Amino acid sequence: MTSVVTSHEDGHHGPAKGLMRWVLTTNHKDIGTMYLWFSFTMLLIGGAMALIIRAELFEPGMQLIEPEFFNQMTTMHGLIMVFGAIMPAFVGLANWLVPMMVGAPDMALPRMNNLSFWILPFAFGMLILTLFSEAGAPNFGWTFYAPLSTTYAPSSVTFFIFGVHLMGISSIMGAINIIATILNMRAPGMTLMKMPLFVWTWLITAYLLIAVMPVLAGVVTMMLMDIHFGTSFFNAAGGGDPVLFQHVFWFFGHPEVYIMILPAFGIVSQIIPTFARKPLFGYASMVYATASIAFLSFIVWAHHMFTVGLPLATELFFMYATMLIAIPTGVKVFNWVSTMFRGSMTFETPMLFALAFVVLFTIGGFSGLMLAIAPADFQYHDTYFVVAHFHYVLVPGALFAIIAGVYYWIPKWCGNYYNETLGKWHFWLSFIGVNITFFPMHFVGLAGMPRRIPDYALQFADFNAVASVGAFIFGFSQLLFLYIVITTIRGNNKASAEVWEGAEGLEWTLESPAPYHSFSEPPEVK
Amino acid sequence: MATSSYYVPESSRLPIGTSIGLICLAAGAGGMMNHSSAGGEGWALPHLVFFVGALILAAVLYNWFAKVITESHAGLYSAQMDRSFRWGMGWFIFSEVMFFAAFFGALFYVRQWAGPWLGGEGDKGVSHMLWPDFVYSWPMFNNPAGADLPGPNAIIDPWHIPLLNTVLLISSSVTVTFAHHALRIMDRTRVIFWLAATVILGAVFVYYQILEYIEAYQDLGLTLDSGIYGSTFFMLTGFHGAHVTIGAFILFVILIRIIKGHFTPEQHFGFEAAAWYWHFVDMVWIGLFFFVYIL
Repeated sequence: MTSVVTSHEDGHHGPAKGLMRWVLTTNHKDIGTMYLWFSFTMLLIGGAMALIIRAELFEPGMQLIEPEFFNQMTTMHGLIMVFGAIMPAFVGLANWLVPMMVGAPDMALPRMNNLSFWILPFAFGMLILTLFSEAGAPNFGWTFYAPLSTTYAPSSVTFFIFGVHLMGISSIMGAINIIATILNMRAPGMTLMKMPLFVWTWLITAYLLIAVMPVLAGVVTMMLMDIHFGTSFFNAAGGGDPVLFQHVFWFFGHPEVYIMILPAFGIVSQIIPTFARKPLFGYASMVYATASIAFLSFIVWAHHMFTVGLPLATELFFMYATMLIAIPTGVKVFNWVSTMFRGSMTFETPMLFALAFVVLFTIGGFSGLMLAIAPADFQYHDTYFVVAHFHYVLVPGALFAIIAGVYYWIPKWCGNYYNETLGKWHFWLSFIGVNITFFPMHFVGLAGMPRRIPDYALQFADFNAVASVGAFIFGFSQLLFLYIVITTIRGNNKASAEVWEGAEGLEWTLESPAPYHSFSEPPEVK
Repeated sequence: MATSSYYVPESSRLPIGTSIGLICLAAGAGGMMNHSSAGGEGWALPHLVFFVGALILAAVLYNWFAKVITESHAGLYSAQMDRSFRWGMGWFIFSEVMFFAAFFGALFYVRQWAGPWLGGEGDKGVSHMLWPDFVYSWPMFNNPAGADLPGPNAIIDPWHIPLLNTVLLISSSVTVTFAHHALRIMDRTRVIFWLAATVILGAVFVYYQILEYIEAYQDLGLTLDSGIYGSTFFMLTGFHGAHVTIGAFILFVILIRIIKGHFTPEQHFGFEAAAWYWHFVDMVWIGLFFFVYIL
């Protein structure tokens, strides 16, 4: 079977010029680029909110902002980082890389690909604009528990609900596109078990997205009906139950957690073999472990709800099911370490971020195991220990993997090497900053400091001051990242096709920068 | 052009138009609901935004589907492209299944756990202290809040309109299969007959569903705000009814295309996608008939 790119009637293959190129494009690389820039913009906006939170928490007492505004900041920070920064960054990487990795000319459904992206700026524009409305932005936390988000919500909740619907539509279409590309567009010879792990992890992530984004749509629809049309889903007076909200939300929410980490596993599994100059240890077990994690993600949701008043048998089931996840995750960490064992390692910036990922994500995983123990969770629940836990898996976890991926593939994207010295500076500043920020949160959390409160008792003062300093170090280091990326795009330190000695995969057989249409002729995969 | 090539369309105005239509629709709907919940009356800016959004979306989607049909007729779509469409439609239907699963899940949770607990039974029956007089039963004619939030007086009898609607929808799944068989042997007259029959069965279903809602609101006191029974009843049947309406409209468009001479025995995925969607809607109804109406 041959696959040929058919382009315009007049046969030109390059991009159009000007702004409309980006608005009208159907090209997977253009769309991937837009996803990545959008995600970085959201990272800076959500990061600015995090810094407002940390500035307020620098010392006890009320310093800078009103408690109402503090609530809006925690809520918007969470929503923007989860739905605006992390998820679109992974979709952007998938757009850039999946067609190149499987040997396809483009994504399977290119126009829908453009639609998936362009919904997002509008949806987030609407969400962010609620900050300037009279009622203020959503203030009920990113988990928007009922009845806080229904009976007691500001009127901006309606726009929040429709914003979530739009993001859901975008994610579902993006996921369908990725699945169709992976299942249908592979070059001859690229069997499923030859696919790069980034492709595998994204295939499974896309499945999770299609399975749970509609459930999120369902739960916000129930909220909308309760708020505006008098239904009683989350109202016990009418026979409903606020806890129902938590069940449906976390049925979405827990797979969502893996949506934000499985592609990170994929990225790290691409990078470590390159810089260890050894093939990935246990490829097949990596695939099965990813699939197992995805399966388990559907039957662990109530571990977020241990203190809400569940029957004992339910607590036990969800506790044990959650602990099972440690097994496939342990397989992955073991495989990464074994890949490096006796490898010829070098430590370029992508590898540094990938190594930090392995270590720090594992710390986040261990604190997750602590939280999985139902009786212990009664102590940890809703404290800064939880904040420390999920920031360890999301910042030095998901975000570090994304940054590692950008450093790893940016020479392929724009044809230039980045500045290695500056890259290492970026890594060390981020690495130190992230640990100063989030490690002390374990201690204040175990000592009982509650999350989402703008003030705290005096004994938490020192650790909070330390965390705030770390947050500003980490936050401003990302401006260095922006500078590095811009200078790389504009630079002229030309990259070779292979880019990295020891890199394997179809994307490295293309010239750097990669041609506008990836594979006009499908490559042979042996 | 070789049939084995994969068609990558050039840049297009269609997706950005769809995005603009969608954001107008969403922002307008949000504004409309806030407007009326705040006691506002009459028309306001959000209504205009919503209306404009709906018009944009309708116009863009019309052009988008027209463009796809034109491209298909121009022979741009290979067998590989056809498989992309199949994966796309299949996974879209799966996402719809999960959307309904959320509402079915809510129904099961309330009936199996939350309701009995409120009535004082089971592990967490302690929530009974909120309304000590509340006795749980399903259908929930008396809500926990009692007279403050009156429940329905009666519920829809499953063995009248719902049974009839079950027969209608299952028959329509059969007729659409007959239409498919006729299309495979390219007997266009029979395709038109069976497809038209399917659309009519769907329309009659929607008609009876509307009659049922009128009965519920006017005679039974079964409304959206009559507690959790009304909430689950109307959300499940309402979303299903909306899907039947959309599915019947899709089949109607396919019928027009058949009349215009579109589709061949080999290539007719537009027809098949509509039929898949119709079968999915049918399966959801069977779930509704058992779990909402009968049990």
